[in-house]
Amino acid sequence: MNEYLYVYRGGRPPSSPQDAQAVMQRWITWLQDLAKRGHIKDQGQPLEPAGKVVNGQPGSISDGPYAEAKDLVGGFSIVLAKDLDEAAALTKGCPILDGGGSVEVRPVMKM
Amino acid sequence: MSADEPVESLFRRESGRMVAVLTRVFGVHNLGLVEDVVQDAFCRAMEVWKFRGMPDAPAGWLMTVAKNRALDVLRRERTARTFAPELTRLLESEWTLVPTLDEQFSPVAIEDDVLRLMFSCCDPGMSEDSQVALVLHMLCGFSVDEVAGAFVATHAAIEKRLTRAKKVLAQSGRLFDITAAEEFSARLPAVQRALYLLFNEGYHGASPQFAVRASLCHEAIRLAGLLQAHPLGATPGMDALAALMYLNAARLPARTDEAGDLLAFGDQDRSKWDHRLIDEGERSLQRSARGPDLTAWHVEAAIAWVHAKAGRAEDTAWPQIVALYDMLMAIRPSPVVSLNRAIAIAQLEGPEAGLQAIEAIEDRERLARYPFYPAALGELELRAGRPDPARRHFRDAVRLARNPAERRFLEQRARACEATPRRTAH
Repeated sequence: MNEYLYVYRGGRPPSSPQDAQAVMQRWITWLQDLAKRGHIKDQGQPLEPAGKVVNGQPGSISDGPYAEAKDLVGGFSIVLAKDLDEAAALTKGCPILDGGGSVEVRPVMKM
Repeated sequence: MSADEPVESLFRRESGRMVAVLTRVFGVHNLGLVEDVVQDAFCRAMEVWKFRGMPDAPAGWLMTVAKNRALDVLRRERTARTFAPELTRLLESEWTLVPTLDEQFSPVAIEDDVLRLMFSCCDPGMSEDSQVALVLHMLCGFSVDEVAGAFVATHAAIEKRLTRAKKVLAQSGRLFDITAAEEFSARLPAVQRALYLLFNEGYHGASPQFAVRASLCHEAIRLAGLLQAHPLGATPGMDALAALMYLNAARLPARTDEAGDLLAFGDQDRSKWDHRLIDEGERSLQRSARGPDLTAWHVEAAIAWVHAKAGRAEDTAWPQIVALYDMLMAIRPSPVVSLNRAIAIAQLEGPEAGLQAIEAIEDRERLARYPFYPAALGELELRAGRPDPARRHFRDAVRLARNPAERRFLEQRARACEATPRRTAH
């Protein structure tokens, strides 16, 4: 099995508390299903929407990244799959996809 | 629906508890801030739980998030805002801030805060409708839309009602003092009345969604339980009120079929009754019998108990039910009580006697918009072997139906007038 990083981007904000609960339930169900099938290395974490961006220029630390909502990284997971195609296929059912968001699937480099 | 029901009731309960403790700490004049912090705590919790799953003790987790957020707000805004007057000095100094918050967020303190807020929401300066709306919104985590759904009112109307009610609450300056025994007892009837209305809105209400109505009943029971557990709240009348809620709620699951459609009284599957609730109701009813007071709630609970004791519809002790309705008419007469009494008389003495009893209801015109008034006439005419007037009454009832489930039920009864009559609806 190989490791792949899922980077969750965008998605729509919940329309109501019930909607938020329903979305949460769908995430829990989806990740639990992946875990049951042995595809989860680390279910991951959500990220705060804002932080700091540091670049190489001396003293350059700014608030950010202030990406557009659709580009904002909201969280990550590390999954196990036999190849990139399988890793991409496993995103099926990820709730973020229903809300116009995306999952970026990146193989973790191996030596 | 049942799969996420526990999460929903957890969130409703914890929302009420968070609003209560934060209102206590921030003060009634900062309700907007309270709501922001509660919402923020929920959003954060759900973001994390998406990934990590629900923790074993989600309630404690939520409360910790709320406390940390409150600490941030208090530190950030203590120069710009005033908070609860009685806590101001303790919240001002870093030395006392954290210990004070720890104490305020202890489970015992929060229980009291919920009661404080409940009593504050039932301010006689507001209409009963406003009190119930405010209880739902503040203590049961109902959004404006959900309150509107429960009352079958528009979003704008409910928002206006809640804004006014919150203004009354903010202007009162501080939360109701539940330690003053005399004031507690004086306000208790208003609180009980609001909980009774809340329960009835769930049990008989117009909301087309069964799930919405069931959650109103459950919330009323939860809040009644808090009063039953309080030394000043646990009066015989309170036990009677709780008993009537338990005993009626026990029969809720049988009132609709799988599709959510209403079932006629005789068609309800009694094996679906919740016996845990019936036991709970019986215990409360027994406790309510101490002391000389006989409230309308005692009688209503007794009626529900007689129904709950009948294993089959035909086993119902109708003489007892008629006697109890007579008693209820003496304590708290109303046309709806008269109508139910007439239906019980019909069960006992036949449809003609029932029709006569309906005929004799003095203020019958107040039932003009109540769909189960013509429906009862229809049932009794049908059982008396007169399908034509029966059908006309059911058609009237269909026109008054308050939601699609009622309409489908009444249309089905109207159609039953074409065939040979067998059963009654209630």
